[in-house]
Amino acid sequence: MKIISFLHLSVLAPIAAWSLATSASRVPPPAAVIHVVATTPDLAALAREIGGDAVEVKALAKATEDPHFVDAKPSHIVTLNRADVLIEGGADLEIGWLPPLLESARNDRIATGAPGRIVASQGIRMLDVPSTLDRARGDVHALGNPHFLIDPINVRTIAATIAEHFALVNPKSADLFRANLKKFDATLDVHLATWLKQMAPFKGAKIVTYHKDFVYLAERFNLEVVETLEAKPGIAPSPAHLAQVISTMKAQNARVILVQPYQNRKTAETVARQTDATVLDMAQQPGAIDGTGTYFQLMDYIVTLLSTALQEKK
Amino acid sequence: MDTPFRMVRATAAAAITLAGWSAPIAAQQVPDSSVRRTQRTLDSLATAMQALQARMDSLTRAGAQAAPPPTTAPQARASGSYMNMSFDGLGDMGWSSLRNVRSIERGDHDPKVRGFSIPNAEIALDGVIDPYFKGFSNIVLKLDENGETGIELEEMYFVTTSLPHNLQIKAGQFFTEFGRQNPQHPHAWSFVDQPLVLNRMFGAEGLRSQGARLSWLAPTPFYAEAMLTVANSAGGTTHSFRSEASSEIHGGVPIDRGVDGMRDLLIAPRLAASFDPTETQTVLVGVSGALGPNNSGPRANTRIAGADVYWKWKSARASQGFPFVSLQTEALVRTYDAALRTSVDDPGTALPGKTLRDKGVYAQLLWGIKPLLVVGLRGDVASGDEDAFAPPLRVDKYRVSPNVTWYPSEYSKLRLQYNYGKRPGLGVDHSVWVQYEFLLGAHSAHKF
Repeated sequence: MKIISFLHLSVLAPIAAWSLATSASRVPPPAAVIHVVATTPDLAALAREIGGDAVEVKALAKATEDPHFVDAKPSHIVTLNRADVLIEGGADLEIGWLPPLLESARNDRIATGAPGRIVASQGIRMLDVPSTLDRARGDVHALGNPHFLIDPINVRTIAATIAEHFALVNPKSADLFRANLKKFDATLDVHLATWLKQMAPFKGAKIVTYHKDFVYLAERFNLEVVETLEAKPGIAPSPAHLAQVISTMKAQNARVILVQPYQNRKTAETVARQTDATVLDMAQQPGAIDGTGTYFQLMDYIVTLLSTALQEKK
Repeated sequence: MDTPFRMVRATAAAAITLAGWSAPIAAQQVPDSSVRRTQRTLDSLATAMQALQARMDSLTRAGAQAAPPPTTAPQARASGSYMNMSFDGLGDMGWSSLRNVRSIERGDHDPKVRGFSIPNAEIALDGVIDPYFKGFSNIVLKLDENGETGIELEEMYFVTTSLPHNLQIKAGQFFTEFGRQNPQHPHAWSFVDQPLVLNRMFGAEGLRSQGARLSWLAPTPFYAEAMLTVANSAGGTTHSFRSEASSEIHGGVPIDRGVDGMRDLLIAPRLAASFDPTETQTVLVGVSGALGPNNSGPRANTRIAGADVYWKWKSARASQGFPFVSLQTEALVRTYDAALRTSVDDPGTALPGKTLRDKGVYAQLLWGIKPLLVVGLRGDVASGDEDAFAPPLRVDKYRVSPNVTWYPSEYSKLRLQYNYGKRPGLGVDHSVWVQYEFLLGAHSAHKF
């Protein structure tokens, strides 16, 4: 007891005083290779494109899991503790699991407002921003729909933000980040022209999704989401709602249903059987489906799968 | 865009109004021809302004069609507060074969009566204080079996955000970080009631007190954290230590033992480590201690040691966190040095000094079958070694509790639990409880 008491007096109090006095002015030394943590694999994929060999990137969420409900695992605390940069989606996507991790990580390099903190939603034109907050409408995000990386135009903005922050964190590699960004933008331009051309014949096509997670894709390629299998975001599909979905799909001739790896495919297949629809294995995270490790591969996959299905069901 | 258009429209309207109002006054002072000329000029100006206004209206409409939907106002609202606030209501309803439910459900947030009860309603407040600290406060309201409302400051602390060397300090009133369940709020529990062993060691409300905690995140490749809490050892929430109700443990009259030095404070160290054996599994192990004085005598102390293990598997394709399987178990032992003291039941009798040993363990298995549906099974056992001082808090107890929880959404839950309880010499009891919960507001996320 005495030893512990002595520890308390002699260690705890001076450390507290000294740390508080010095913490505000501490500037972490620039790292040769910057350690980047992204909350989701899509943000990690962008970080790899911009950072190249000058970064090491880890994603906290798995490509196949629901990014709203990631477990705040202790191993994530260690990853965040050693990070130079944190990229989060923002718009409350990670509200259920990121805050306690950050509190335990005690890393001021990735504190709010630090160069090492990137919030992807900042600077994005958000869709589905509710005018009033009411959870009778389900789990609606107050800041808008957080699934915005599925729109390539938004990705261009986020890539620029990432390059800017990387340059601030490691100025020695700033030229590399700018060059990578330029290359990324050029590649994106070429791909975007192809994707728009592939999707052009399907302007106004009607689709159905499981959750409200493809609204940005629909807007970019002029598709119309006529129903979601969830009656309201975060609320499990009820038989009554599914009956309404089937009725709408028949009335509007919507015969394509988009389902992510973590969503209930069986429910979608039941609806598809009654509407002569096709269930598409869609994903928003690179790596969730084999052969989609980069953002471009993922979007190539999505656009090809979607345009083929819409052509077949035309 | 809207603002300049509105200003131009207002100016034009004011000019038209002025023209109409000034004409009769002018007519009384100048010749008719001048009045007519002025009137014609004003009319033509008004017509021109109306045309201009129509043109601007059409431009405004075109601009509105091309402009993106407004997004700034809701963003300003959502980030317009420095503090998160939420309200969580937890209620129970049920029946037990025992009329005196309190004798088996001893936790402060357990169902305590046949019928309805509201054991916990909490107002949680949290936010960033400044660049150095975050703050949290939890105010609990509860209704007792007579319908009387009790209010308590359950937690109120600040925690540092930027200490060097992976250190962190938390100070205020908070649940002592001992084991896995003690620091959790009742609405985060997976069962309706407190495990028997935690009630035995930490009392009805769990172990919490005013104090400070230093923690250090070790620079190891896996998660390893060392914590040391130094806190007051007196009050209603320091059950095994200088709590006023300590006679329930040792059967004697408690002495008024104040704080003479550091040795009269409560010291609680904890070590925790975690590994991810596979992509879908996580293991968290911890050992905890709580050392401090008790008030059976002037030099008497209590030592509690505990070990906890938590294992979780979650599908790599988890939707809303499901499906999953988790196993949580905690084992605790207490060594309570009861000094020579006067018996509460018989004031003329002196009770000899004894070392009282209690132990217990619980294990709970949860299976999240599909989104928002969980089934659970818990086994509980707690025992004490000294029959001479064996009030209800120290008798042997066994309990088995299967339950099922359905979450209509992330913000509400309904739970059905059956308890089979047994106390040697006192018999068997059966209880069925329904628990309901609702959550309003943006409650802060919970730790793993």
